[in-house]
Amino acid sequence: MTQAVQSHPKLYESQKLARWYFVVAITLFSAQLIFGLIAAYQQIDPNFLFQLAPFMTNRTLHVNAMVVWLLVGMMGGVYWFLPKETGREVVGITLAKIIWWVIVAGVTVVVLVYLFVQIGPAKWTTIWFINEGREYIEAPRWADIAIVLWVAIFLFNVIATVLKARRITGILMVLIFDLVALGALYTAGMHFTVNITMDQFLWWWVIHLWVEATWEVLVGVLMAWALMYLLGTSRRLLETWLFIEVALVFGTGIIGLGHHYFWIGTPEYWLGLGGFFSALEPLPLVAMVVHAVYDAGGHRLGAVNRPAMFWVIAQAFGNFIGAGVWGFMQTLPQINMFSHGTQLAAAHGHLAFFGAYLSTVMVLVYIAAQNLRRPVRIPVSSKLWGWAAGLLILGIIGIGGAFTISGFTQTLIERAAGGSTWAAFIQAYTHPWYANTLWWRFWFGMVMLVGFVLLAVDLLTIGKHAELPKAARQPAVAAAGGGHD
Amino acid sequence: MDYGWIEIAVAAIFVSVVITLVLSRGAGWLSWRFWRNAMVVSSTVMILVLLWLSFDTAAQTRPGGERLAPWTVINHEVGLKWNPEKRWQEPVVGEETGFFGRVYSPEEAYALIAKGKLVVQSRNCMECHTLLGNGAYYAPDLTRAWLDPWWEERVMPIVGAQSHEEAMRTWLMNPPKYPQGKRRMPNLGLSEEEATALVAFLKWMSTIDTNGFPAYFGEMQ
Repeated sequence: MTQAVQSHPKLYESQKLARWYFVVAITLFSAQLIFGLIAAYQQIDPNFLFQLAPFMTNRTLHVNAMVVWLLVGMMGGVYWFLPKETGREVVGITLAKIIWWVIVAGVTVVVLVYLFVQIGPAKWTTIWFINEGREYIEAPRWADIAIVLWVAIFLFNVIATVLKARRITGILMVLIFDLVALGALYTAGMHFTVNITMDQFLWWWVIHLWVEATWEVLVGVLMAWALMYLLGTSRRLLETWLFIEVALVFGTGIIGLGHHYFWIGTPEYWLGLGGFFSALEPLPLVAMVVHAVYDAGGHRLGAVNRPAMFWVIAQAFGNFIGAGVWGFMQTLPQINMFSHGTQLAAAHGHLAFFGAYLSTVMVLVYIAAQNLRRPVRIPVSSKLWGWAAGLLILGIIGIGGAFTISGFTQTLIERAAGGSTWAAFIQAYTHPWYANTLWWRFWFGMVMLVGFVLLAVDLLTIGKHAELPKAARQPAVAAAGGGHD
Repeated sequence: MDYGWIEIAVAAIFVSVVITLVLSRGAGWLSWRFWRNAMVVSSTVMILVLLWLSFDTAAQTRPGGERLAPWTVINHEVGLKWNPEKRWQEPVVGEETGFFGRVYSPEEAYALIAKGKLVVQSRNCMECHTLLGNGAYYAPDLTRAWLDPWWEERVMPIVGAQSHEEAMRTWLMNPPKYPQGKRRMPNLGLSEEEATALVAFLKWMSTIDTNGFPAYFGEMQ
């Protein structure tokens, strides 16, 4: 392994902003874990914090913190790599900084309102100022508008920078196309419909077309940049792979949306369409695994940043297993009729978000950490990162496994045998096969929390005390340049 | 709609492949240009198919249309019947019996159910319950809640209600007073007006044709 020292990378303003994106992302990750643990404990003892902070409050905070931190992490990744890709400072960076701090203040207010106000009367003021009551996108309407403004400025940053730089690459093309779709889709979640079927129909445009389409493509873009940086893979190869992935993600995932339209009152043709296209949705995920492993093998794992490279591989397999395998397991209508709306969906959710998105943000934060220390030894490594990653992964496998078992139990007892009534629901969650797994969830959640603490310590210290071998005092390694060359 | 799902799926894939091949004449299938074209073409075709199907779905899912009962269904007796051909249950609307002792006009019924939907959102129901199977899995699915035998078997006697709707309203206004099972529902401070509206919304939702979900509702195997 070549030993080299990367010294004093000068950061673009955009990369300095990205650092704040990562700091807030990791902070919200801790909030996600803590509220998840409280919610997990409430499943064991439903009297815990009953009325004071009921399950719904903790669950709202758990999932909202997740959506925001993963999105913030990925946006931070774009601010990090965009100046590298275009060779110039991001246009409109002052505006980007202003909206960022507005958003941070806004998120703080929303969290405090979720925690201390929680719910309101059945009036428009509740929808506008407290809680919109639509899972994952509960943010009150004023916050929705702020989010749209934020994404619009972000999009302006990207497009204006590309135009000013007079440089368009395949990756940038995909990024712009994807961000336009991502921003536009969010507005589908900002309306009130009495008709619950149409409400859910459009709600999935945000949830599914974000998570199973535009977010996956954003991950493809960020991974392409990360692989170019970590391994020095050729642009032509990466871009071709990216196109294959996007063709498959959008080619299968857009109509794959139909797997959410089996049972909400929408027409019967969605059973066939949703089943068929969503059964193909794992294809791009297989492509991503092949791609990552091929690249890593081709370079004999000689990355400039070991933890980041580890998370690239973890991402590829995690995405395939969590999103692909666990999704496929329940996507055909013939099984979904019984498993829909059970803990099995939560098993898929936990494994998929971890594999696809958490891992991606880990890649990005480790690349940033490498360039925030000066000087650091290349390849960047530490004693802690492996423990942090190992505990986080062990934790999520345990949680995913526990949810899978309770999900199968619920599917069988409540849905298949019990006729899905209130009584059948109670039969399911009090069944020992279900009840026992609640403890596993909680303790594997604690394992994740320990992993998180190690991760936080590692990110604050990695590379900090690197002693410089005299022989290695040389200018920055070409591939490792974090900022201006 | 005159097309089945197989025809739509085959046509969408066929059109995507043909246009990609035509646009990529001269480029090998492993080339940058071929896959750029494949990406643009497949995304565009699928977005167009989705938009087309969305208009068709919206037309079929209007209340009072093919799959959703009109708002005034709250005035009627409602239930499920077995469809022996499809082998799933379908909602069935019976005679007019009134709701809380009166018959609601279409405008009144709409206003009441709209209020009920606002109750669902303002009280964040989906962060414990599932509606149409979507939500947080901590509490029972509400798709067919109105039809749940539990209201008559268990709740009516303990709250001392005379009718099904009254039992639901009384219980919803103070759930911790009448705990059912280990997990309890918090008191969400529903007013009588809000609870009435919520019951109306749940009754209307129970008449949606959900392609048989949840399977065998109310039939213990």
